[in-house]
Amino acid sequence: MKAYYLIIVFVVTTIAGYKVIKDVPSLLHTPLMSGMNALSGITILGALVSTAAAVRTGSKILGVVAIIFAMVNVAGGFCVTHRMLKMFKNQPEEE
Amino acid sequence: MSNSLYYTLALICVIGIIWGIRLMNSPKTAISGNLLGAISLSITVILTLLKYGILSDYVLWAGMIAGGLIGYYISIKVTMLKIPQMVALFNGLGGGASGLVAIIILAENHNIENLFIKITAVLGLIVGWVTFSGSIVAALKLDQKISQKPIQLKKHNLIIGISSALTCIIAILLIIKSSGSLLFLTLLLLANSSIWGIILTIRVGGADMPITISLLNSLSGVAGAVTGLAIYDPVLVAVGGIVGAAGLILTQVMCKAMNRSLTSILIGKTAVAYGKNDSDKAGVAFAENDINREKAIKQESEEEKIKRIIEEAKSIVIIPGYGMALAQAQYIVKGLYEKLTDEGKEVKFAIHPVAGRMPGHMNVLLAEADIPYDSLFELDDINDEFSSTDLVIVVGANDVINPAANTAEGTPIYGMPILNAHLAKNIIIFNKDTNPGYAGVQNTLYELDKVILKLGDAKDTISEVFGV
Repeated sequence: MKAYYLIIVFVVTTIAGYKVIKDVPSLLHTPLMSGMNALSGITILGALVSTAAAVRTGSKILGVVAIIFAMVNVAGGFCVTHRMLKMFKNQPEEE
Repeated sequence: MSNSLYYTLALICVIGIIWGIRLMNSPKTAISGNLLGAISLSITVILTLLKYGILSDYVLWAGMIAGGLIGYYISIKVTMLKIPQMVALFNGLGGGASGLVAIIILAENHNIENLFIKITAVLGLIVGWVTFSGSIVAALKLDQKISQKPIQLKKHNLIIGISSALTCIIAILLIIKSSGSLLFLTLLLLANSSIWGIILTIRVGGADMPITISLLNSLSGVAGAVTGLAIYDPVLVAVGGIVGAAGLILTQVMCKAMNRSLTSILIGKTAVAYGKNDSDKAGVAFAENDINREKAIKQESEEEKIKRIIEEAKSIVIIPGYGMALAQAQYIVKGLYEKLTDEGKEVKFAIHPVAGRMPGHMNVLLAEADIPYDSLFELDDINDEFSSTDLVIVVGANDVINPAANTAEGTPIYGMPILNAHLAKNIIIFNKDTNPGYAGVQNTLYELDKVILKLGDAKDTISEVFGV
């Protein structure tokens, strides 16, 4: 994949993201943010690839640390977002 | 796995993630949106492992399982009050992970020929570590492990200048160095970026934290995207871009809600507000406060009056603030809400955009107490109604109802849009004390005649007045 394709991907998704996120009401901004937070753990992909390819022991260790960091971010982020969203109810009687 | 199959499936996952965010625009569909995002992200992980043929690398799985368990544990243990510091911490970890990947790229390759990879890896390292150290400082501040007040070092601007210049110089050296190990310069850049993040965030005041977290959130996405460029991973670039955009929007929203500019926060303008500028005004306000306190004591004997006001009130607006959450009073507020609604009164909640410690924080705290979200109203939607409201009940809110925001020039809240509680017919305030709020400005609302102050633990005072 050529470098400029990647830059096009970056620009297109940033605009698409901007459009969908603008529609999220401020009522849900905290769950949105922690959801986005979980998504920023997508860097796990980079951590996995570079750890697997690393030859030096030092790099390997750093790589595993990166995987742990990113995974805490992903798992924790999605779980806590789920926890929060479950609390938003319209009629409390429906419990 | 063939390339075309990988790209097709990856594209579907990215669309899944964007669709998931779209579903977040309503509380009814948000849960499925979040799940869709989580599933799509998990599939991209599997796809990546398959594409590089590393599915059976047990070291990777060990890391993922360990991280997953830690993340899950934190997420079920955290209280809703502490969500902001948890988000800041996770954010920092995400940025740190990107920064680590960038280090591995630079350390592993002695002679990177490709300039594009080098530039993006260096950028990823800087943004990643600034995000990491900045987020950790933000998390510690929110958790009150370090002072919430802006910490101003001697010659702060000079230090920032030197650190910025050093970061640039090392980055350029790294990029132009054509032979030999990059390890030393890489570590130097790591140290410098981390210090940069710390000195930028350390002088941000507590009241500006919502903006800072939003900005750091955006940066963690950018760090991921830039690292993705360095390893030619389109999914990482795409999702990083989305997160970057999201953080930027939230930063904008918060800045607008507080009438602050991003630059003034980063250059530590909050610090100025504690200076000479408003000390005179504060002195006057303090004196008036003593009178107020006497007034408050006098009015405590006017239980009859309070009773009458509550009985006569048909339309009621409750304004909750962070103080309510600190006093753990949201459940008693829920009881109050039910009691008043049962009596046939119209009860609404007015939520200021910066109520709480991060965007939308107050909504989550009220939702936790089972208060239906369709009774929560945003500033723009409710501000015109205050003049026709019979009774405003303030619980632990201060700065967001302070009319001084319209008049007191030079204070940190000057120009911030407030909830127009002062326009209502009657106001009962349940606050801990009459001390200034987070922004450090005396509340002129307390001086109004139609205001009844009930000082103390909101849990006690509310049950005393309303009998709930």
